[in-house]
Amino acid sequence: MSTAESAGAAHRTQDATGEPAGEGVTIACRNVWKIFGEGAERVLSRANGALDDEQLREAGLIGAVRDVTFSAHQGEIFVIMGLSGSGKSTLVRCLSRLIEPTAGQVLFEGQDLLAASEKVLIEIRRHKMGMVFQHFALLPHLTVLDNVAFPLEVQGVDRGRRVPRARELIELVGLEGREDYYPRELSGGQQQRVGIARSLAVEPEIWFLDEPFSALDPLIRREMQDEFLRLQGVLHKTIVFITHDFDEAIRLADRIAIMKDGGIIQIGTPEALVLDPANEYVAEFTRDIPRAKVLSARAVMLPAVAGEQFAGEIPGETRIEQLAGRIVDCEKPLAVVDRNGGVVGQISRDSVLRVMVSADDRAP
Amino acid sequence: MTASSTISNLRLRLLRPATLNRLMAVGAIVAVMVVASRVPWLVAYPENWEIPLRYWVSDFMKWLINDFDLGLFTFRQFTRSIAWLLNWPLVSAQGLLATGFELEIGDSAIDLPRLSWLGVIAAVTVLAHAAGGWRLSVLVATCFGYLAVFGQWSSGMITLSSILIAVPLGAVGGLLFGILGYRSARMERGLLPVLDLMQTVPVFAYLVPVLFLFGFGPVAAMIATIIYATPPMARVTMLALKLVSTEVVEFGRMVGCSRWQMMWKILIPSAKPTLMVGVNQVIMLSLNMVIIASMIGAGGLGFDVLSALKRLRIGDGIEAGLAITLLAIALDRVSQGFTHRAQPAHKEQPKRFVARNPHLVMALAAIVLATLGALFIRGLEAFPESPRISTNEFWSGLVTWINVNFFDQLDAFKNFLLLNFLIPVKRFMLSLPWSVVVGLVALTGYRLGGWRLALAVGCYVAFMAVTGNWEKSMSSVYLCGVSVIIACLIGIPIGVVAARRERAHRVVQVCIDTLQTLPSFVYLIPVVILFRVGDFSAMIAVVAYALTPAIRYTDHGIRQVPAPLIEAATAAGCSQRQMLWKVQLPIAVPEIMLGINQTIMMALSMLVITALVGTRELGQEVYIALTKADTGRGIVAGLCVAFIAMTSDRLISAWSARRKRQLGLA
Repeated sequence: MSTAESAGAAHRTQDATGEPAGEGVTIACRNVWKIFGEGAERVLSRANGALDDEQLREAGLIGAVRDVTFSAHQGEIFVIMGLSGSGKSTLVRCLSRLIEPTAGQVLFEGQDLLAASEKVLIEIRRHKMGMVFQHFALLPHLTVLDNVAFPLEVQGVDRGRRVPRARELIELVGLEGREDYYPRELSGGQQQRVGIARSLAVEPEIWFLDEPFSALDPLIRREMQDEFLRLQGVLHKTIVFITHDFDEAIRLADRIAIMKDGGIIQIGTPEALVLDPANEYVAEFTRDIPRAKVLSARAVMLPAVAGEQFAGEIPGETRIEQLAGRIVDCEKPLAVVDRNGGVVGQISRDSVLRVMVSADDRAP
Repeated sequence: MTASSTISNLRLRLLRPATLNRLMAVGAIVAVMVVASRVPWLVAYPENWEIPLRYWVSDFMKWLINDFDLGLFTFRQFTRSIAWLLNWPLVSAQGLLATGFELEIGDSAIDLPRLSWLGVIAAVTVLAHAAGGWRLSVLVATCFGYLAVFGQWSSGMITLSSILIAVPLGAVGGLLFGILGYRSARMERGLLPVLDLMQTVPVFAYLVPVLFLFGFGPVAAMIATIIYATPPMARVTMLALKLVSTEVVEFGRMVGCSRWQMMWKILIPSAKPTLMVGVNQVIMLSLNMVIIASMIGAGGLGFDVLSALKRLRIGDGIEAGLAITLLAIALDRVSQGFTHRAQPAHKEQPKRFVARNPHLVMALAAIVLATLGALFIRGLEAFPESPRISTNEFWSGLVTWINVNFFDQLDAFKNFLLLNFLIPVKRFMLSLPWSVVVGLVALTGYRLGGWRLALAVGCYVAFMAVTGNWEKSMSSVYLCGVSVIIACLIGIPIGVVAARRERAHRVVQVCIDTLQTLPSFVYLIPVVILFRVGDFSAMIAVVAYALTPAIRYTDHGIRQVPAPLIEAATAAGCSQRQMLWKVQLPIAVPEIMLGINQTIMMALSMLVITALVGTRELGQEVYIALTKADTGRGIVAGLCVAFIAMTSDRLISAWSARRKRQLGLA
């Protein structure tokens, strides 16, 4: 990986899965399994927590989530991407224990969720978790205002305090003036804005979004993605975001986990996935992704030639797409600098061009 | 094609495994029948093998009433105190609507008048407007106006008051049972067969025990009504709660709802539209019970119909029957109106109660004003005598006229069908050995649903023989079967036409909606006028009553054929006829079968009522048990009816489910 050589200088230290160190882990799961069928637990423990396709089929079981390990860090958008039936929805439900995992460990702020009592779990869900659903899951008999205030109502917060909070959130998602509407009077995009506002009502530590934009039209979807990024810019939540749309994953993610048949195939930054796909399956997704949108200057740069004249400086994490416009007018290469302003490499018009015209081009 | 190739073709076809299987099955049946006919106990179930279940049930009932002691009080005291408790709301409602109150203060008694008829009509009209706009309010005003003008007001209000008390009790009871069933799978497994039985055992069968436990009178009648009307609500509740989307339930769990919050803040409100369908069912079934309930003292319109029928005063019967029908239509449409009413829109909610509930306030005001007015103006309390209309003369005249002019034709028609169709079928059914019938039904069950189903339906049928009700059961099967066949012959073509023509669909829809709100008893009235008593009259009444589902399901089944399929068939150049026979009907068959299933259920429930016009089958047995207050006899015969119903239901459902799977529709 080309970033490895400059690891020390990067603003985020990354290991092979692109995992940032030094920032708190909000939620982590270790070897989580969810197997559907009779006697799943017995079969799994007899196999010492390792079952392959063959064994599952013989036992007549369905492995929805298989041996999944990852952690999501504070303020990070962690996207779980997979096609339908890959187990991503089951996985996110295991994280909140909406579905009881068959085996493994889910650590939320260091606490083992699977060992938590029902009462503790209810408290955690009430105060620390928010979830947005694919089909919005709004309550049809409540107005927008009451829907958004509902999580607070469940906690027993009195009306005088929950209504101002709900109004605040409705404003945050840009639905002011619609407070007294009922869900069926709103468009899909608006309904999901309500869903988002509602999930934020309790100021969650972790925010689960289960394919939140999949039920929306492409144009609205794009608008909502921008809106989502804007919100995250303000809120800095830890986010686990589920999608089946690789473009969406690339657009939103700090890191992506690609799932297939219940297991995670690769975890990495969008850039890492594009540069170094773990196998053909991942490569297939990345093939049509415009490289310029994903690759950073650091990934494309060449070692700095001593005594070279530079037209200017750019930070290493700048996307090629962003610097393309600037470099067109430069005869000389640009210097790529780290956070401290030290030059770590140089990037020329040629290398940018090569990225933009050739889909197959990997880092030089 | 040459003759030889035809023959070899035929031989090939005969040798195909499916055909071979069928041939072998037929052969086996014939063989069994031949063998069985030589072994007497296989033909007719020997009397001394019968299990005296009816006596056991009667003895148990006696013990329950006389000797069962719960410690502090006896069981009978317990049930009677329930009756006493339920009497309060019922008496209050009746006093308010029908009889007025008599208050004793010291030595003097003060009569408080009932609510004014004009006030009640105004109030229901206003409420109907809230439910469904001015059209509905005109309809409801007409229906209630009929009660006043035709002198049915007092009886109508007695009936209405028992409905008003029975419906909330039945709905809440059904809701609670439904919630229990939803919460635990074990509870549901236990509840479903009980609901099945409650819905298929004819009401007459449990009138006797209700009579013993709760005494004769309006309260016992109301309890019987509640028992009858509750099961569908429980069923609808379970279904409605299950239909709430998983995401909504997950949302509830994610925000940390307690069980209570989950049920009452998430599930029930989300399921409300479906639950309202259940409430509507409770209302309609309660109204259906009105006449039957009057047999154990309900009074009101039901009593009027019953006594008119007994004395063959056709005019009175028709007027009171029409009153029940109109009441049913009005309540049905209003409750449906509230169900389908556009959910609230976002308009600024005014804060004051009066401004928020204009309809309710107006309705209450109308009642109060008119009732107060009645203290000064005589005609407001009861509808004045002079403008009342009676059609008694007209109906008697009509009946006489029909009998004078058409007696021969009607009689000839009746005799023709009896001699050429009904009686031969009956003879055939009665000649079948019981062992063969049990075997055949079990075999069918095995083919459709494996051992479990075979065992279940086999036992159901065997029960009829073992308890000594074989012949009556077969008579019921015959009468019911003949009626169902005729109902299908009439209903399915109508359904087909309705499905293919929009205008026909609308007309048919209105007709069957109306027919379905008619209480089953009402069907007897015209039939008795035209054909007197006997199997034939019973059959006509059953056909008329059971016709609606055959039409409705056929219409629906054909309409739900996926549109792309129709387009594909049109593109392939199907003619109208080909479209119907090659595309629509084959796909709609599972749905139509469900309709036939419903037709059978309704036919069976009507069959018991036709006992009043002198049939000789299980219905009569149940009815006799009622008049003799013989608990065991009634219950056992009632169970036989239930088992006939459940046998056909299980078999047809299994077939329909299998077929839907094959067609990829399920």
